[in-house]
Amino acid sequence: IARLVMYLFAEFDDAANLLAANPDATTISIDEPVEIPKNQHSRLQEPGREEDDELLGTDDSDKTELLAGQKKSAPFWTFEYYQTFFDVDTYQVLDRIKGSVFPVPGKNFVRLYIRSNPDLYGPFWICATLVFTIAVSGNLSNFFIHLGKPTYHYVPEFRKVSIAATTIYAYAWLVPLALWGFLMWRNTKVMNIVSYSFLEIVCVYGYSLFVYIPTAILWIIPQKVVRWVLVVFSLCLSGSVLVMTFWPAVRDDNRRIALATVGTILLLHALLAVGCLAYFFDAPELDFPAPIIPAHNGTTVTTKSH
Amino acid sequence: FPGLADVSISQDIPVEGEITVPVGSHSPDEDYSTLDEPVRDTILRDLKAVGKKFIHVMYPRKSSALLRDWDLWGPLVLCVSLALMLQGGSADSKDDGGPQFAEVFVIIWFGAVVITLNSKLLGGTISFFQSLCVLGYCVLPLTVAMLVCRLVLLAGAGTISFIIRLIVVVAMFGWSTLASTAFLADSQPPNRKALVVYPIFLFYFVISWMILTFTPQ
Repeated sequence: IARLVMYLFAEFDDAANLLAANPDATTISIDEPVEIPKNQHSRLQEPGREEDDELLGTDDSDKTELLAGQKKSAPFWTFEYYQTFFDVDTYQVLDRIKGSVFPVPGKNFVRLYIRSNPDLYGPFWICATLVFTIAVSGNLSNFFIHLGKPTYHYVPEFRKVSIAATTIYAYAWLVPLALWGFLMWRNTKVMNIVSYSFLEIVCVYGYSLFVYIPTAILWIIPQKVVRWVLVVFSLCLSGSVLVMTFWPAVRDDNRRIALATVGTILLLHALLAVGCLAYFFDAPELDFPAPIIPAHNGTTVTTKSH
Repeated sequence: FPGLADVSISQDIPVEGEITVPVGSHSPDEDYSTLDEPVRDTILRDLKAVGKKFIHVMYPRKSSALLRDWDLWGPLVLCVSLALMLQGGSADSKDDGGPQFAEVFVIIWFGAVVITLNSKLLGGTISFFQSLCVLGYCVLPLTVAMLVCRLVLLAGAGTISFIIRLIVVVAMFGWSTLASTAFLADSQPPNRKALVVYPIFLFYFVISWMILTFTPQ
């Protein structure tokens, strides 16, 4: 154990020097040629890969908090303060999206991709895309399901866009807030090795929602089995990203609380998926035509209601 | 100064000239103040500026006229006419119909503001109102598409009319996105261009969706 601690402290020093030099370079990378940030990022990933346990993140948890404070040095009422949250390049955003869709078992999303540079671009625009994807796909799916029925009159259902927007943005911002508050509170009781800043949690949640975008598009297929398989599959992918991120933050705690926390995270994520499926996508009809019961006054009544 | 030692001005060469500083710029405008001109001139000048920008949008070239002299009259006119044309849809008592006037208005203006903020936060050098101006003016092709859709829907609402509407809306959506990207892409840092273009794509996609799904009562 002593050797492990010595090794980790050595890693701490090396990585600290690299990371301490980095924030300044990162913020001026806009003016400099593109090669420089790429070199630094590839250099940065080397000490990361040499670690024994990526999930532990022992060596850079302390300085992540430090550097989070160092980077945001502008006062919060200036525009430059908010610009530090958008300090990402195209390839970084694409890498983070890739990391959320193909979770590498044993790798922590925050340590591997965010690396003390959380951004708000990804969470915001992924949520916006998801809102419109769900609304449009739901509308299209309902159109195809009810196509051909004589009583069906197509409506764009624009109300649902605002409902979708409220739900998804509330999920992507309030749940991280609650989780962050809860983790901070547990930190006062139990000394956790790994702790995340609020923005990193928002970042993880935002990027983990990305896999629901293709899922929502595929939900247009009006087969119950296909839809539920998609729900389970996407839940596994994004849920695993969340679990692998937050398990190290709670596993030093009371075992029951740790399991309850991770369970709640997964449950809320599943509720979001299932709720969106149930509300925006009508149940697909079975293959035989729905029996139309002519009422006495001549109007037709179908058995499945909206 | 050794070189100037042998330069002397004799007393009898008059040195004369004007020391007045010219007031006002040497601009083509004869009189700088536009207060005295007839109202017709003022309105016509603004209308000409708006019209010139419309032409710039329909034939996007790299011109700085759109960016330099921004105005928001054009976007306002386009937004109001688009929102008006999107009314008269499924106006049942059930509110599951198309977007209301206020919703279209809010989506266009709030969307444009968010995209502008996004591009500025990512390090863009364009000014706030210039970006709003460009995004608003590039709604013109989609307004034309809405007009065409309404005319086609007057003729009938079958599959053929849907296909025509689909082709027109897709073409105009592509035109809008390309026009606005042509104007806005230069002011972005080179390794973030895609990050700025994607929200513009999403914005015009949503407007196109609203146009395409318009169904008259």
